[in-house]
Amino acid sequence: MLECMEQDESVLIMGEDIGRYQGTFKVTRNIFAKYGDKQSRYNLRILDTPITEAGFSGIATGAAMAGLRPIVEFMTMSFSILALDQIINHTAKIHYMSNGVVKCPIVFRGPGGAAKQLSAQHSHSMEGWYAHVPGLKVVAPATPQDAYAMMKTAVADDNPVVFYENPGLYSIKGSIVQDVNVRGEFGKAQILREGKDLSLIGYSRMTHVNLAAAELLEKDGISVEVVDVRSLLPLDTETIYASVRKTNRAVVVYEDWRSGGFGAEIAARIGEDCFDHLDAPVGRVGGLNVPMPYARNLELQCIPDENDVVAAVRKLR
Amino acid sequence: MDSRPLAVGFQGKRVAKQAETQITHTPAELEQYFREMLFIRRFEEKANVAYRQGKMGGYMHTYIGMEALCVGWMHAIRKGHDNVITAYRDHAHAIQLGTDPVKVMAECMGRKTGTAGGKGGSMHIFDPEKGFYGGWGIVGGHIPIGAGLAFASRYRGDDKVTLNFMGDGAANQGVVFETLNMASLYDLPCIFIVENNEFAMGTRLEYHASDTELWKRGLPFKIESKRIDGMDVLEMEQAAKEIVDWVRENQRPYWVEVMCYRFSGHGAADQDRQLYRTKEEEEINMQRDPISRLRKMMIERNMMTDEVAEAIDAEITEEVEKIYAEADAAPFPDVDEVYDNIYTDMSPEQGH
Repeated sequence: MLECMEQDESVLIMGEDIGRYQGTFKVTRNIFAKYGDKQSRYNLRILDTPITEAGFSGIATGAAMAGLRPIVEFMTMSFSILALDQIINHTAKIHYMSNGVVKCPIVFRGPGGAAKQLSAQHSHSMEGWYAHVPGLKVVAPATPQDAYAMMKTAVADDNPVVFYENPGLYSIKGSIVQDVNVRGEFGKAQILREGKDLSLIGYSRMTHVNLAAAELLEKDGISVEVVDVRSLLPLDTETIYASVRKTNRAVVVYEDWRSGGFGAEIAARIGEDCFDHLDAPVGRVGGLNVPMPYARNLELQCIPDENDVVAAVRKLR
Repeated sequence: MDSRPLAVGFQGKRVAKQAETQITHTPAELEQYFREMLFIRRFEEKANVAYRQGKMGGYMHTYIGMEALCVGWMHAIRKGHDNVITAYRDHAHAIQLGTDPVKVMAECMGRKTGTAGGKGGSMHIFDPEKGFYGGWGIVGGHIPIGAGLAFASRYRGDDKVTLNFMGDGAANQGVVFETLNMASLYDLPCIFIVENNEFAMGTRLEYHASDTELWKRGLPFKIESKRIDGMDVLEMEQAAKEIVDWVRENQRPYWVEVMCYRFSGHGAADQDRQLYRTKEEEEINMQRDPISRLRKMMIERNMMTDEVAEAIDAEITEEVEKIYAEADAAPFPDVDEVYDNIYTDMSPEQGH
């Protein structure tokens, strides 16, 4: 984000406690030091907003329509629910309703999914809600390199982008190839581990769960291919289908509530388009269909882990 | 509990006293205002006819009775430079800013030659080249977007102002208060204009606002706030000019409640206005007709005659007929256009 701001004056960031406080997950740390002024009541490039998700999402949308490139942080994506009318009914619709004469180059980003015992109101996986809406793009990178490169693409994109981060990913360390002009491609999934017996398909933190599950399964001689979807809308069905047609089995893994989560959409499409290549029904692993409980043992039960994935894989063989 | 309809109109009593309007305009200028208001009137009347004939569908809201408000404000801004945004009662704003009325009519009819190629309809007229950013269907939902246009001006340090129109019903929406707070916090050059026609669809002002003096809502946010009568185009223009100039110079927001009245229903589907108001109160308020008022004033001051007024009316009526015919002759969009312009650079998943 800092690089984007350096390259383009029209890029700004707004959200709650992102400036002086450096962000609740420290994602925006160091930006205030560069673009904010401690003495000022407000700093338009790194703007600490009041707690008004709908209001500032709408203001950012209007600013984008007038040609700025705002990045809006939701402290957690659960709070974006307050802004759903703005995002779905306004931001996502303006290009179509105007038949292309008004663009909205905006990025909505923030941590979504469960963290540690944040309980029912703070643990939503919202990416499926947004990936449901024509007019939005939705990406969910799983690696530091993808987070870096795809953020640059998101800011450069002239369409509204929902950039979904799972808080469990913030502590992952990895190297990036720093290049101010790099762009991480949207609509392109990647194979993070090759295999031949089954395709494990997931995104965001679940990609790492899938990689861990693959390690466990390897010990039993099951060779699993891990597909990291990383772009939900647009969705790279080509890569997903190529993997399934090779392995003949698929399990889709997602943290969101099992019933109706975005992984269900992926599973449905695999069933429709890869039927001739499937040796088993498409399996799914989703979060339990419950509001997230507070007690750590209950919470852990709700979130899919590598043992849940291993169990789902065994069910298919 | 008294069940009679409450006192009608805000004539005189509830509106802050306006100074006697100086007529500094020439007869030619006044005739122009007359023409502009009458054009909107005849256009909107024709739109209602078109709706009843099945040429327009969905929701279609006309500006009949409120013409002075729009014409007054648009004469106070730098057209094409400043930004204007409103809700769904938007034909008049677009036309005043210079959008081709044939394209507006065609859009309402869902034709390919409409402002949005038939993709938006009556509620979603956009013309950013003229500074017109729509055209929005969620009551109060566009208010932060209007403030966002002003935010961009603040950010760039340019001297544009944004006119951010809403109705009295919209003034209750939560996001409006969120926006007022930020507009004041960040010194946004945004003029919030409440077109108070005393009804939120079928619910009158006294039944939807705990305090009917909507102008006060800017005060808790330290925003300059005022109430004005919007049924006299010259008073409207003068008040609007003062506010626009003040905002442009001071780079601060403004919240203004403009009293007006709509003579037609809320929208084309509102065919039984007696469900929520009486014929008597309508007749009283129709005496506030801004077009009759201007015509009467010009005739009294020998700036126009009845014959000239009639001739202008006939001319405008014929022009609107031509517009209607041209719009009606246009084709509908091609069916494959359904996927166009959702994104700037791609299509969604296609097919059922």
